[in-house]
Amino acid sequence: MSEPGMVLNNPVQAGGREQDLILSVQRGQNELFYELVRPYERRVYAAALAILRNEHDAEDAAQEAMLKAFANIRQFRAEARFSTWLIQITVNEALMRRRRERTVVMEGIDGRRSGRDDEEREYAPRDFADWREIPSEALERKEVRQRLAEALGTIDRKYREVFVLRDMEHLNIQETAEALGITVASVKTRLLRARLMLRDLLAAGWEQGWFSRLPFEKGNKPW
Amino acid sequence: MVDQKMLNCEQVWREISNYVDGDVEAGLRSAMDEHFRTCKRCASVLAGTRNVVQLYGDERMLEVPAGFGQRLEKRLAKNVAVKGSGWSSWAAWLVPVAALLLITGSVLLTNSLSGGHFLRSHHAEPANHIPPDLVVVVSDGSKVFHVAGCPFIHDKASERTTTAKEAMRDGYVPCTRCLRQYLKTGLSGRAGVEVAESAGAEAEEEGEEVLSATGH
Repeated sequence: MSEPGMVLNNPVQAGGREQDLILSVQRGQNELFYELVRPYERRVYAAALAILRNEHDAEDAAQEAMLKAFANIRQFRAEARFSTWLIQITVNEALMRRRRERTVVMEGIDGRRSGRDDEEREYAPRDFADWREIPSEALERKEVRQRLAEALGTIDRKYREVFVLRDMEHLNIQETAEALGITVASVKTRLLRARLMLRDLLAAGWEQGWFSRLPFEKGNKPW
Repeated sequence: MVDQKMLNCEQVWREISNYVDGDVEAGLRSAMDEHFRTCKRCASVLAGTRNVVQLYGDERMLEVPAGFGQRLEKRLAKNVAVKGSGWSSWAAWLVPVAALLLITGSVLLTNSLSGGHFLRSHHAEPANHIPPDLVVVVSDGSKVFHVAGCPFIHDKASERTTTAKEAMRDGYVPCTRCLRQYLKTGLSGRAGVEVAESAGAEAEEEGEEVLSATGH
């Protein structure tokens, strides 16, 4: 039985192996279900966290989503991507949970601050520092990942949800719209705002140099 | 509609996300390319936006709490029997199959012990002192047979006549009211007591008035 990590490294093999696993589980080999979903457990958790903003709730919602995916595995059709299907189930579970637990109250302030009018108003970038490409090695540092996560946590829920599904879960615009029950136009508008807001938020870190404190960059900023 | 030859910064910002996604038409893309070449501010916005997309899109940004995988696996194992070698899916079949075999075996055993006749009531016992050719009445919804005219016949609309022998073969038990005389003569020993108790229990179930064959 191959390692899930190996599966992800080769999309062609991964797709074939995944299809085999799906068929096996659909035929009753329940014990293979965890192997099927394990490569996506981080994405499922991230999607739930983007909506619920609470680690405990997100973990519980992620687990519940997995169980629902198992319960409905026979309804999954090969024309859809399994990962997308799984993320959509997770988003539904998280949204339902948020409605049920009325956590929307917690978002009230944000909601007033950035209501529909705010969404329709254009967002203008605030920082024009000379950005250059940040090497992905920066993410090896926990501090950088933590700063990025904190920045994401500060933007309004509706922007965060779209951004996470689109840019972190890699759903396309249409899939993101369907998952959240909003229009394609709204996805594009919110995505634009989310990206620009995050860019401005990260500019502070840019100026403070926490992207630059990398061993290979000592004394020589790449930008 | 944007005049693609005269893009200002606000127009560029409005489309910059689509530009990063490659979701702008060729003419607009060319105009934006030209703008980025001449506008440092917008070039900075573009670089920053690309950094955001690249950094957050990295798999390493998807962190889970310690032990997340183990807890997930445990919950799946508990709820969908993920662990093991498919025992649960086998068990799901084995339990009803075993139960079916047990029931079938019990029925066959009962039939073999009762001379091949399945007793309609588990309370039924052969009443040996009732003349086998005695004409009796049975009816639907009751497990008791009576002599014609007995006031305790249940569901009179469905009553039909048969012989005592056939009624008992079909699992009916004698009415302790109208057939008391035969039961009295047959109530010698524990078997007779059981017959009477059984008949009483059946009649009680059916709301019939039954006299105790063992007393009074």
